[in-house]
Parts: sequence; structure tokens; C-alpha cells
Amino acid sequence: MAIAEQQRLGKTELLGFYRMMRLIREFERECERQYTRGNIRGFLHVYTGEEAIAVGAISALKPEDYVVTHYRDHGHALARGLSPNAVMAELFGKATGCSKGKGGSMHLFDASKNFMGGYAIVGGQLPIATGLALASQQKGEARISLCFMGDGALNEGEFHESMNLAAVWNLPVIFFCENNLYGMGAPSATTLAVHQQMYKLAEAYGIPGHRVDGNDVLAVHELMRELHQYVSTGNGPVFVEAQTYRLQGHSIADPANYRPAEEVEYWRSRDPIPRFQQWLMAEGLASEEEIAQIDAAVDEEVVAAAEYADSSPFPEPADLYRGVYQD
Amino acid sequence: MPVMTYREAVAQALREALDEDPRVFLMGEDIGPYGGAFAVTKGFWDQYGQERIKDSPLSESVIVGAGVGAAMAGLRPIVELMTINFSLLAMDQIVNHAAKIRYMSGDQFSVPLVIRTVTGGGASVAATHSQSFEGWFASVPGLKVVVPSTPRDALGLFRTVRDLEDPVIFIEHILLYGTHGEVPDNGYKIPLGKAEVTRAGSDVTIVSFSRMAQVSLEAAEELAQEGIQAEVIDLRTLRPLDADTMVESVQKTHRAVVVEEASGLGGFGGEIASQLQERAFDYLDAPVRRVSGEEVPIPYSRPLELLAIPDAHKVAQAVREAINR
Repeated sequence: MAIAEQQRLGKTELLGFYRMMRLIREFERECERQYTRGNIRGFLHVYTGEEAIAVGAISALKPEDYVVTHYRDHGHALARGLSPNAVMAELFGKATGCSKGKGGSMHLFDASKNFMGGYAIVGGQLPIATGLALASQQKGEARISLCFMGDGALNEGEFHESMNLAAVWNLPVIFFCENNLYGMGAPSATTLAVHQQMYKLAEAYGIPGHRVDGNDVLAVHELMRELHQYVSTGNGPVFVEAQTYRLQGHSIADPANYRPAEEVEYWRSRDPIPRFQQWLMAEGLASEEEIAQIDAAVDEEVVAAAEYADSSPFPEPADLYRGVYQD
Repeated sequence: MPVMTYREAVAQALREALDEDPRVFLMGEDIGPYGGAFAVTKGFWDQYGQERIKDSPLSESVIVGAGVGAAMAGLRPIVELMTINFSLLAMDQIVNHAAKIRYMSGDQFSVPLVIRTVTGGGASVAATHSQSFEGWFASVPGLKVVVPSTPRDALGLFRTVRDLEDPVIFIEHILLYGTHGEVPDNGYKIPLGKAEVTRAGSDVTIVSFSRMAQVSLEAAEELAQEGIQAEVIDLRTLRPLDADTMVESVQKTHRAVVVEEASGLGGFGGEIASQLQERAFDYLDAPVRRVSGEEVPIPYSRPLELLAIPDAHKVAQAVREAINR
């Protein structure tokens, strides 16, 4: 764990990180349960195993900053402060969902949190995040744009176009790659020329590239605090590669049989949540009892979210035609 | 009434937007010191500066996507895609994102983005630079598609478009930039979804848009010499589509010819013909005829290119066939 960061963060923040990671983990478990009951339909891509990234990175932002992400977006949404109720209701397709039931799992939005959306075409969110950063620059604002992507996005043309434009225009954007080693079922080892050093891609654009242990919430947070300071003060874009792993398949339909058992076991041993929990306890920052209290509260919150989603109304038939254009 | 070229009308529309709305900025390839591939933004760089006239890399997807993001953040980007052929490189941003964000976000975000681009053939620039994709964009809910055929319409429609809260594809025609027309100086606006009857007639209705609306007027002149009075309708926008005006006309003339520059199979003209038969079938004395581009990539060689794209003679011949049936 990044010890330096501990000195800046108080116990409340640290336990907050633990709580949020646990919330995301339990929320995703509940999603899988609800999927098998038929309450959640379509694609379901859970964030299990990658929680330290969303929590560590988004906690370093200011409320006015923009968050743009990809289709595996539940964790980012919760970490940004969207209510579990509204996110779960969205997954249920309910009118009370954060996108009024129109977007579903892959397209979560919340204007009040500057959560600018989950985008489900790989790489498609990069140009948009670049444009949000351009708006900040045009308006003379200090707000930055944080853009998550998976390692699969590095193979899209929109990655190249966005990195280059952000560099030549010196835009305040953090391109944040969650390297979980697979683009759907294809290992990056067979699809990306520089798969062992993704962060070095940034050099080609004159952008500083950083690599961080994506399963270490404090390391992610510490790096992101530094980068926020750097990017929000006119130094231009940065790129981050966070090394992590999906503990589940690509989607709920994917048993992930293509992954060697030893690889999965290795990454299970690096699971960010038990790791952080053990650290908190070893440092004397949390007792077993405090951890148990947080866990219980999170479980209740998730159950409540499912109940809220279940009891919420579906959109009205007339809602089909609303919001295509400004009314 | 002042006379100006189509190019000058578009340039004036852009200047007004820049002058009157500080949220407006332009972004595109070579719109800066070069002045734009079709010289529409000549002089803008010097007048407005590089912060509002953003000369971009050759990166269509991120130009449009950056426009989407900036629009979501409350600015009013006007993006130029050098030609509609290059829009294919930005289709993800236009179709998957710009057109969807309002709806998918439950109406939380607007994308007030104008994408200007240039359609059409006839400039001897061969198959990759001569296409007419306006019908493709018209098939996408969430977009608005504007296809002016005169300087007056270009200015009046743009004044409306720039205040909209939704993404608009504003499609200029490569062969129209040098054409002249009268343009009122009274600050008029033209609403979207309102076709214009550009020539009154009683014998047949010709429905068209973009440059083919001008070609249809030429055909109507040719036909008038033979005693055939054609009514010509310029749709001006494809989405929203003003079907009422063309239906009312066909109720009067009982015959219709639909003219478009794109090739016919899957073309927008099929939608027009379909709406006419659904809503005016009982008034029709002949099947709705279509004049479309040939089912070929546009060739370079001039005699072949002229054969590939509809002209006034082809339109006139289709009208004669509709009338003599």
C-alpha cells in the first residue's frame, strides 16, 4: 500500500474507500442475482475485481470535474456518488433509473454529478471526453475530464485521434486505461503490440504515461491526486495504465473458460478488497467490528436498492417518444 | 434585394453565429489559414482568431466527438467535415453518440452540435469524393438533416439550426457554392420541416432537395415550353420531413416524380414515394416515378460522370412518362 497517501487521508476517508469498494462488489453480486431472476436483461458487465480503480481515481476529483466511461460502468457511477437505488432501477429498466430506464447497464448518466455517461462502443467515449476538456479550456475553467477505457480501446482509431488532439491542443484530460488483460475474450498479449507496456503508448503523443497497481486503492488515489493537480493547471493531458483483472467473465454470459486457472488464482490473491481490509486492520485503522459494521450496512443498502428498483414503475408507453429531441 | 453566392450565404451565417453567440466556435480541417476546402471560412482565422476557428488534425472522429463533448458542456460547436464522404470516418460519433445521448441519458444532456458538410457529385473528383449520403443521416432518429439548395435557404435555415438544442447535419452541395440568389436583408429565419413550393404548376409534382431541387426547376422550364406545368417542391430538410406540402400538391396535380442525386436502391426518394402512396393514393393517376443516380460508383471520366448523375433532361423525360401513361 502507498504509505505516503495514508498521511494525507484520515480514517474517515480510508474507511470510505473500503465502504465504496465493498458497495460496488456487493452491488454487482446483487446484479447477478437479479439477472438470473430476469429483472435485469440484456448485457451485464460487472466490475468485480477492479473496484480499487474507480474508488481510488474518482475520489481524487472535484465535483465539477467530468467523468466519462465505458460500458462496465456501475463501479464508476457508484464511486461518483450516483445512488445505488437509481443505478439499480436503471438496470431494471425503471422510470426512476438514473437514465430514466432508457439507457440500461451500459449507458448510465447523471448530470448532477457531472457523470457524463457510460459509452458502449469501445473507444467512442474518448473523443467526447476530449471535447469536454476542450470546453473547459475554451471557457477558462480549471475542471478536468477523466476518461476511463479498457485495454481493448487502445486498438481503436478513436484512441489515437483523441490522444493526438488532446496533446496538440494541450487539453485537461486524464485518459485512464483499466488494463484487465482481456478485450472481451481476447488476451491483449495477442491483440496489442505493446501489451506489456501500455503506458508507453503515451510517449508517441508526447503525453506523460504512468503505470499503477490498479488493485491498490491508495496507489491509484495518490497518483490521481498528483495528476489532477498537473492536468488542472494547464499542463495538458496524461495517460494512466492501471493493471487489474476481471474476477468474472466479460459479461454474465461469459464463463471465461479461456483464462488459465493459475492466472485467475494469482489475481484472486491480489483482490483489492481483502487486501485493503487487511491493511486497514494491520495499520490499526479499523477493527474487525468496524469492518463488520460497514459490511452489514453495505449489504442493507444493496438490498434496499433492489427493493427500490423492484417496486419502481416502468416508464409509460408515451415515454417511448420523449427525449429524442428537445420537447 | 441583395444577391449573393451560396458560399457567401453560408459564410454570412457562420459570421452571424460567431458575432452573436460567444459560445460558438468552429472546428475543422483546414478551416483556418487555408480558409476551408471550399473557401467558406476564408478570412475567419484573421478575424476571429485561433481559439474560435480551431484548425484540427485530419481526425474526423475526434473532431465530431470533441464537438459532442463541448456541446454537452454548454458550448455551441460548429464542426466542418470537409466532405460528406469523410463523414464515414466519424459515423460512430454522429450516429452512436451525438444522435443518442439525449435519449439514452433520459433527457439529461443536450448535444447542440452543428455538423456542416458537403455532399454531391459532378466535380470530377471520382467515386470516393462524389457521394450523396444525406439519406443515410435522415434515417437516424435523434439527428436533424438540412439540405439547402439556394443562398437564401442556406442562410435562413442556418439561423434556425444554430439555436437548436439537438445535433444537426447541415449539408451543402459541392456544385452550389458558386450559384447566386437573392437574399433578403431582414434577418429572416426558415423553420425546419417546412418544404417550399418553388414553382407552381397543375400537371405534375416534382419533389426534390439539395442541388436536384435546382435541376428540377430547370426541367420544369424545359417542360413549360411543351405546355406541361410542373409544380416543384424543395423539401429543404429531410428530418424533419414535411410530407404535408407534397401530399397537398399531389392532391392537386395527381402525378409525382421524385428526384434525388443518390442511387435509388435504398435511397431517400423511396421514402418520399412511400409517403405519397400512403397518403395520396386515391389522388394519383399514375405510379410515383423516381429519378435517381445510376447504380454505380461515380466515375471520373466526364462523359461517364454526366451519365451517372440525374440532369434536367432525365427529370423532364420522367415527367413526360408520368403524364403520358
